Amino acid sequence: MSFGESLYLLEIVKGLAVTMGHMLHNMVHNKDIPTIEYPEVRRVMPPRFRGCHRLMKRPGGAPRCVACYMCATACPAVCITIVAGESPDPKIEKYPVRFDIDMLRCIFCGQCVEACPVDAIRMDTGWYTPPEDTREKLIYTIDRLLEK
Amino acid sequence: MTPFFDIGVSVGRIGVFFAFVFGLVVIMTWVERKGAAYIQDRRGPNRARILGLTLGGIFHPLADALKFLFKEDFIPDGAHRLFYQLAPMFALAPAVMTMAIIPFGPPVTIAGKTIALQIADLNVGILYLFAISGMAVYGVVLAGWSSNSKYPLLGGLRSASQMISYEVSMGLSIVGILMVFETLRLSEIAQGQGALLFGVLPKWGVFVQPLGFILFLVALYAEANRTPFDLPEGESELVAGYHTEYASFKFSMFMMAEYIHMVVGSAVLATMFFGGWQFPYLGDAGFVFPGGVSVAVPPAAVLVVRIGSFIAKTLFFCWLFVWVRWTIPRFRYDQVMRLGWKVMLPLALANIFVTGLVLLLLDRGGV
Repeated sequence: MSFGESLYLLEIVKGLAVTMGHMLHNMVHNKDIPTIEYPEVRRVMPPRFRGCHRLMKRPGGAPRCVACYMCATACPAVCITIVAGESPDPKIEKYPVRFDIDMLRCIFCGQCVEACPVDAIRMDTGWYTPPEDTREKLIYTIDRLLEK
Repeated sequence: MTPFFDIGVSVGRIGVFFAFVFGLVVIMTWVERKGAAYIQDRRGPNRARILGLTLGGIFHPLADALKFLFKEDFIPDGAHRLFYQLAPMFALAPAVMTMAIIPFGPPVTIAGKTIALQIADLNVGILYLFAISGMAVYGVVLAGWSSNSKYPLLGGLRSASQMISYEVSMGLSIVGILMVFETLRLSEIAQGQGALLFGVLPKWGVFVQPLGFILFLVALYAEANRTPFDLPEGESELVAGYHTEYASFKFSMFMMAEYIHMVVGSAVLATMFFGGWQFPYLGDAGFVFPGGVSVAVPPAAVLVVRIGSFIAKTLFFCWLFVWVRWTIPRFRYDQVMRLGWKVMLPLALANIFVTGLVLLLLDRGGV
């Protein structure tokens, strides 16, 4: 440290100039502040971002899922619960009576999407898990997954 | 009629100055948050809205106050119940009392009566200020001790030693000013700073006592527990320091005390070193510039300019507190002590000696 630096006062004035510079810049160029104002403005997610799941529908509105348990088997976090039932449509063998995803367990690895043979489950909603006030609400049921 | 008039004036003065200081405290909390945000390239508070207006987050202090009011007033199990509840009062009361001696403007004559724009024009003036503001440390120490928790205790201890160390150099740093203006009354100090130095410079404290000003400024920051001397709070090592165990309105009383210290400290700084309500070259009848040029100004405008100049100076120093806080990191504790005893104290003593010598020589020269 030189003598001037060890006096400290001059350096403080330099520091004050730096902070004031930042402040004035931000006051004048308000748009330059990198903050994203979250609920109003959302960060644009890259196309491969794995967000909340959704279940795809057939043209008629029935779930595309054939209840084959591939996703539940592939899931490393064991968060998918499927109960299969016989489909009323003669061309389709099974459909999911229950299809629950426990979002508290899900690790968003995307293995279920990889495993699905009929492209029934996707993670392209772009949403992170929204907060809820009970645990039950975070177990997403089939109705909720089909809605998205 | 006369006693009622006097009482009315006193109550009115207290009301107005109280409102001014507390209003400034509220605004300063917003300035602190918003200023910090802008200095750090953030947006800062901008959510609280009334009738769809956010006005840059100016309603956030209101939201804060409401939040504090509705929080649970919690007392920890092991706390000393009496002292735990007394501590915020001990912190807030001295802070409020110090504003009594600040002259907000020159004396005004209304209906043939001279009214000082000052709650109390004490003849001990500045000593009262030190006596009262020194008591603020009791609040901090009591809070630290009575919380029955490690972090507050450490915060309280730090605060006690820091306050004592800097009280000394703070007191000594203004002795120079007292010697130059030969009075302890803040009103007379402000009055005295209207004179000119060498016929050019206003005789402001900062021009006659530049070293005293720097020492007082640094000591003031230490006394107000503001960065770079906010070790009693020291978030990074002490959670929140002495008020770790406080919640709800008790916490907000500590907060208010800190900001009142800041506002009153700024006002005292402005009064003693920056001419108080004096505006450069503005006399009672108008501007008188060094070259002999004078511009007449109506007395009412003179008064407004003078009060405005006092408020502007106070605001600037309040802002300086915030500005410095978001610029300089905190000292290490041994550095604080070293600065206080080994640098500030000798400098303050040397300042007194040099001031005395210069005054003596000037006196001889005059005779």
